[in-house]
Amino acid sequence: MTNAIEVRGLTKRYGATQAVAGLDLEIEQGEVFAILGPNGAGKSTTVEILEGYRSRDSGEVSVLGVDPARPTRQWRSRVGIVLQTANDAAELSVRETVRHFAGYYPNPHDPDEVIAKVGLTENAGKRVRQLSGGQRRRVDVALGIIGSPELLFLDEPTTGFDPEARRQFWELIEGLAHDGTTIVLTTHYLDEAEALADRVAVIARGRIVAEGTPATLGGRHTAKAQVTWADGSVETDTPTKTVLELSRRFDGEIPGLTVIRPTLEDIYLRLIEPSA
Amino acid sequence: MTETATSATARKASAARPLPSTLRLGLARGAIENKTFFREKDAVIFTFSFPIILLVLFGSIFSGDMEGTGITVSQLYTAGLIGAGVMGAGFQNLGIGIAGDRDDGTLKRLAGTPMPRTAYFIGKVINVLVIASLETVILLAIGVYMYDLELPSAVSSWVTFSWVFLLGVSGAALLGVAASSLPRSAKSASAVISMPFVVLQFISGVFIPFTQLPTWLIDISSIFPLKWMCQGFRSVFLGDAGAALELTKSYELDRVALVLAAWLIGGLVLCLTTFRWKGRRDG
Repeated sequence: MTNAIEVRGLTKRYGATQAVAGLDLEIEQGEVFAILGPNGAGKSTTVEILEGYRSRDSGEVSVLGVDPARPTRQWRSRVGIVLQTANDAAELSVRETVRHFAGYYPNPHDPDEVIAKVGLTENAGKRVRQLSGGQRRRVDVALGIIGSPELLFLDEPTTGFDPEARRQFWELIEGLAHDGTTIVLTTHYLDEAEALADRVAVIARGRIVAEGTPATLGGRHTAKAQVTWADGSVETDTPTKTVLELSRRFDGEIPGLTVIRPTLEDIYLRLIEPSA
Repeated sequence: MTETATSATARKASAARPLPSTLRLGLARGAIENKTFFREKDAVIFTFSFPIILLVLFGSIFSGDMEGTGITVSQLYTAGLIGAGVMGAGFQNLGIGIAGDRDDGTLKRLAGTPMPRTAYFIGKVINVLVIASLETVILLAIGVYMYDLELPSAVSSWVTFSWVFLLGVSGAALLGVAASSLPRSAKSASAVISMPFVVLQFISGVFIPFTQLPTWLIDISSIFPLKWMCQGFRSVFLGDAGAALELTKSYELDRVALVLAAWLIGGLVLCLTTFRWKGRRDG
């Protein structure tokens, strides 16, 4: 497996602020990779450098084998970008917009197929201005994937979605990943990262502070479980044993029993603590 | 799965298939720009119908002759407002439009696609040419049918018209592109761009004849292209009799060409050195 993205020693400074402070990253081809981190941690700066939008101060960066500081049209045609905020193309219809963008690429998908894929077939004739926030986001995704990209950047794609729309969106992303598209996702929703990502990295203070699968990030798989019942609570490495003992003590049903492993959110919050 | 197979072959093909040409994408951008412009009712009224409304209004209010030349005031306004219309289509429309594109994410999104950046500007130029031509035709039609404007029959007049129009429209468009970087946001754009444009129209002889303006104002307006564009259009539509109304008793076509060409080059330099693909908030 070759890497879609390779970053070594990346730095970027804005005035007195060191936004990115020596960041290393490797993302494999075909992987869904989530980048998590609080606002101002250097997440957006890093992604924008990878997208070819922003220059860097130092470090080596390779995206699909090309330095994104010198983006060529050929390279741009292999990369899809779904930006965080966009309110453009409001007076065009969904179909007009997607068809027009298809024209930029040497080998685009069929516009109507893409519109169907993002679930906008019934709204294809509507002006973008008339769409709801969630539908508009789907147009953004359609424009991101119309050129059949090998690599897709999704910047906080489901912000402002209702729960149902988020689930549908996740299915869409899973479908793209299944087709072999490498996906780099930034998000504030940890359940989203857990549902979609093969691997997760947490950025804090301009560096990667942890990296791994959602299940093992930050030692999550080896962390103690918390067993709680009606009149007690204990942290343990062997929750099954504890539950069996309790069951014996209560002679059957344990009143108010819960067994909790640390959630991705618990791990994440611990990782981004300023003192950590 | 079949889908995986198709996308794999598709990728192989994409390596071989050439990127679409800049010219083709420029024309496609032009079509999109025109569609968008004419669907935005506010923009159409603002840049497009403003000179038309003013011509009908002024033509109805001032209906006299200019001191013994046989030229009516409304004819004078027709020539002046064609100049203002061309300038509006280029300077005002692009200045506000591109500031909007920068603010709403259009520019950033386009910069992330393989669209060549030149195609965006070709699209804008096509948009400006369409608006300016349509506007000129409508203003001329109003002039001819309502205010007895006589269209020149000499080929040389139309040659003059063509170069004044083309130099004027391109210079105004480039200035609009450059000015689009001044407003901080799309909201402030129409104020930042329109205010100087309105002032310029008043001091460039569009609404008020030069004979009634103080010298220092004429000196200021002589720096800018609008005065010279209007002068060029007057030479076409008012003919030799109208030259007597000019300050120097001549249309000074050589100077018109010189100043408009200088603005074309200056505008191009400004565009190349100041154009931003990102909004201020994007850093």
